[in-house]
Amino acid sequence: MARVDINMQVRSANGSIAVVSLDGEIDVYTSPKVKDFIGKLIDKGTYTFAIDMQNVRYIDSTGLGVLIGGLKRVREHGGAVTLVSTNPQTRKIFDITGLIKVFDIYDSVDEAVDALK
Amino acid sequence: MMQAREVGAEIPEIEVRIPSRAEWVALARLTVATVAARMHFNVDEIADLKLAVAEACTNAIQHARESDEIVITCRIYDEGMQVTIRDFGVGTEAERIRSRDLGEPRVGGLGVYLIRALMDEVEYSVEADSGTVLTMFKRLGDSNR
Repeated sequence: MARVDINMQVRSANGSIAVVSLDGEIDVYTSPKVKDFIGKLIDKGTYTFAIDMQNVRYIDSTGLGVLIGGLKRVREHGGAVTLVSTNPQTRKIFDITGLIKVFDIYDSVDEAVDALK
Repeated sequence: MMQAREVGAEIPEIEVRIPSRAEWVALARLTVATVAARMHFNVDEIADLKLAVAEACTNAIQHARESDEIVITCRIYDEGMQVTIRDFGVGTEAERIRSRDLGEPRVGGLGVYLIRALMDEVEYSVEADSGTVLTMFKRLGDSNR
């Protein structure tokens, strides 16, 4: 079976900021796992995220939907989300969909974390 | 599962049938990417094709039963690749399949927008009792032919 998977890790940066690292492909099969992972962090009171997508090789609209949903939830608590990606295809998808205006996308985790301080 | 045949001895055709379940969408997009690479589409064009096919399969899954299947057919022309995605679920009226308004960020509704943005030609047809057929075409760049 051509099963894809996604690995997810979280670490704390500067206290209340969670750096979520995603590694793999985010599609209709894996996006529910990402939604669940981020959702549980929000449930526990984390509302500020830097999401490292440097190792995301593929993302589709279901993955974008998870990011939009997460952003909406944290904004309700005064939180924010920044993204990290230098992948041209990933940036192209954000550009085409207009989400480049919704998410701030940085070249490095340090920049994405600094923007949240 | 995968078939290749010559249509009228002129147009090579590759067909893949996948179960209508999320874990199989990767196979559909990788198959189309492999065909596209053999046609010498460039890396960006292959990424566009993969995403458009995945979005189409995702839409098909959403209005089909798990017991259904999705048929992905690639036809190879000198000018580019035609891909058809056929599902056998409850069809949505073709005129209601439209791109979303990007004014307000929200969950869902991006798939059709992406398909239309990434492919050169897109056409939906809905057959009342037999599902939806999405036909889309991606032209080879002049430097790739």
